[in-house]
Amino acid sequence: MIKLNVNGKDYQLDISAEVPLLWVIRDQLQLTGTKYGCGMSLCGACTVHIDGAAARSCVTPVGEVAGRKVVTIEGLEANLRTPLQTAWAAEEVPQCGYCQPGQIMSAAALLTENPQPKDADIDAAMSGNLCRCGTYPRIRRAIQRVARLLPERSAP
Amino acid sequence: MSESIDIRRREFLKASAAVGGGLVLGFYIPLRGAEIAAAQQPPPAVEPNAWIRIAPDERVTILVAKAEMGQGVYTSLPMLIAEELELDWNQIRVAAAPAAPAYKHTVFGIQVTGGSTSVSSSWDQLRTVGASMREMLILAAAQQWAVAPAACQAEKGRVRHPASGREASYGSLAELASRLPVPQQVALKEPKDFKIIGQALPRLDTAEKIDGSGQFGLDVLIPDMLVAVLARSPVFGGQVKSFKAEQAGKVPGVKAVAQVPSGVVVAASDFWSALQGRKALEIVWDEGEGATLATEKLRQQYAELVKTPGTVARQEGDVAQALAGAAKTLEAVYEVPYLAHACMEPLNCVVDLREDRCEIWTGTQFQGGDQNAAAAVAGLKPEQVTINTMLLGGGFGRRANPHSDFVVEAVQVAKALKQPVKVIWTREDDMRGGHYRPLWYSRMNAGLASDGTPLAWQQRIVGQSIIAGTAFEQAMVHNGIDGTSVEGAAELPYAIPNLLVDLHSPKNVVPVQWWRSVGHSHTGFVVESFIDELAAASGTDPYLFRRRLLTAAPRHLGVLELVTKKSVWDKPAPAGRARGLAVHASFGSWVAQVAEVSVDKNGQINVHRVVCAVDCGRVVNPDTVKAQMEGGIIFGLSAALFGEITLKDGRVEQSNFHDYPVVRLDESPEIDVHIVPSSERPTGVGEPGTPPIAAAVANAVFAASGIRLRRLPMTAARVREAMKG
Ligand code: FES
Ligand code: FES
Repeated sequence: MIKLNVNGKDYQLDISAEVPLLWVIRDQLQLTGTKYGCGMSLCGACTVHIDGAAARSCVTPVGEVAGRKVVTIEGLEANLRTPLQTAWAAEEVPQCGYCQPGQIMSAAALLTENPQPKDADIDAAMSGNLCRCGTYPRIRRAIQRVARLLPERSAP
Repeated sequence: MSESIDIRRREFLKASAAVGGGLVLGFYIPLRGAEIAAAQQPPPAVEPNAWIRIAPDERVTILVAKAEMGQGVYTSLPMLIAEELELDWNQIRVAAAPAAPAYKHTVFGIQVTGGSTSVSSSWDQLRTVGASMREMLILAAAQQWAVAPAACQAEKGRVRHPASGREASYGSLAELASRLPVPQQVALKEPKDFKIIGQALPRLDTAEKIDGSGQFGLDVLIPDMLVAVLARSPVFGGQVKSFKAEQAGKVPGVKAVAQVPSGVVVAASDFWSALQGRKALEIVWDEGEGATLATEKLRQQYAELVKTPGTVARQEGDVAQALAGAAKTLEAVYEVPYLAHACMEPLNCVVDLREDRCEIWTGTQFQGGDQNAAAAVAGLKPEQVTINTMLLGGGFGRRANPHSDFVVEAVQVAKALKQPVKVIWTREDDMRGGHYRPLWYSRMNAGLASDGTPLAWQQRIVGQSIIAGTAFEQAMVHNGIDGTSVEGAAELPYAIPNLLVDLHSPKNVVPVQWWRSVGHSHTGFVVESFIDELAAASGTDPYLFRRRLLTAAPRHLGVLELVTKKSVWDKPAPAGRARGLAVHASFGSWVAQVAEVSVDKNGQINVHRVVCAVDCGRVVNPDTVKAQMEGGIIFGLSAALFGEITLKDGRVEQSNFHDYPVVRLDESPEIDVHIVPSSERPTGVGEPGTPPIAAAVANAVFAASGIRLRRLPMTAARVREAMKG
């Protein structure tokens, strides 16, 4: 039995500890917003948050997250979800959309840690997330847009 | 658009029932995009009820027959209907149309998304659909009020009768309207009256793509479904000789192991178990002739073949004579490799096969072909096969397989398992599964007069035919020339009096397929690099050199002028950088690009900025056009800098993104897109952004370093090699 907390909900799963978290999320919990792209930590499509940090769920054995907090795109907290979605829509980022949940999860982790990222910070945090459709210029603009939104939101 | 997928499912079914089934026969495939643009379209079959659902609560659902793979058809095509139907943009939802005759492509004659034709082939049809429905709603209102239809107007989802002040919403009129006869003729708006077409309206599919709710093929869950992976031959064309299923069958979660035509399938309760089962399989393969295939051998073969005359695709004047008399001659061999599409979403397909019906959920660009092919495998009639087109996590041509490979295989698996099944390709399966952009060679010869004027141009192309052996062969291969092998080369726009383009189409077992921009993906690079070589040989600025030869090609000139102006071509590039230029027409559109690059001492090419000008006729949604140019450039840049599939002992050497790299965010240039205003018919945007970029970069590298790179990809290792030489 493995105890999991995903998006604030507790689960007890009878599953081998080596199964990658990605497939537990998708097949067992049936949360399909987290995508499979490579299975080797090369593309970022499977990005989730583990205790607030971005992680590639395709190479994270589920046993490793027992007792920790996992958040998927479906459970992203409103304080991050709202500005990110607003910016993503304003910049019309998605094309096919497949990589976008992973992009947003990586961007959310970046902005939590660094609400005013410089270009180099964006490069460092986002270059592990591939987009075959080539939405990179818009992802960069959307992150810069959130950065502009964030201080206003936290102003007294 | 956060409507749940179940609602969409019901929409599919209703629409299927409404339009019925039927075998789609007959193809009409023109050779090139320019011909598509010019093709006199047959009068569109107007069945407004097949396209538009107006609910009593005023929500309007527009069914889109084209696959949404990122190119924006779930927005641009509803815009065509909404313009004429006088809808409020906020009223609109989108659903995927089922596979049915009403939705066949107006030019290709079968339901398919490809050739950058979605807007151009729907331009008349969907505006007519919208206008017809508008007239039916007006007529319904006029009948209710006993007034003349001409005295009524439609606006923002309502019909009004100004004289009496009466008005009714579309929702309240829809039921009656849908039973009225479809008008024989409707007047379409004058472009000056467009309110929607030409606006950068927000995409209708964004919300579901940023909150994780969008349903791709991989996300489909149906009751009692197994998840399956296949062990396919490691060599193209190989067959299973024998296999042992015992160990695989013992893996927890594995439910079945079976042989199917393409290999051995392992089905389990979930993906991970299926994958562990596959690892435990023991298979002996009969690898066949493919086992000796190697890229290096193929390259040698092509290098020899390119020295011998091929089948003539285009001939003007006398090239041999002109070359003999030229003051200066140039010769060069260009080469591009096999490429995988590497869509972000690996291939997958869900099948529920029953005695009398088959239901399929997948991301496909080719509903018409897949429906027929699935029916043939299942022993059913096409109308007994339902295709649910899910969102596509990228297509780039891979999901329009002329043999419906991934759908046919999944139906074969469902047949063997007798249970609903989702077949998933791992990234490795997807990358090694073939259907690549062909490896191509081109030998170029040119002759210049003493003043630098080009007198002769010859391009000899060697590469597998994509079309041979498909259902499209009869329509698209003429006199031994597969039009897609020479597109972009045979219609050289430059005014050169003596011209020859010839072709060899050798065969081998590597499956090849259209890859974003098809033949243009090599000819754009080769032609635009070699013309740059001619410019350099004649000592002329690359822009001025092209301009002189394009005086009879106004739309090439248009994008050339715009891109050089926007990139400030006449001023030097920022220190340490150089610029390269390319212009190429494809799929009816004209695109010019200027790339600004630097090359470091390790041979690493950095592309800092790309300025792009596009003329795609009248623009439906300018933001979509820009996004497609950006995407096309980055896709082409991945191929220009990194992409290469190679074979050794018949095996594909690459497997995942570590050995088949694609451009990442930190390698992505700043991109600046400009659109040439036009009132011509709309033409393609999904593919035309891709062909020029490799040449623009190669030409910039030449400007930066004097090194001429004639082989893709332009990896740092190859640049270093060239620096030494
Ligand atoms: S699927 Fe995890 S990084 Fe690609
Ligand atoms: S939007 Fe298609 S892969 Fe990123």
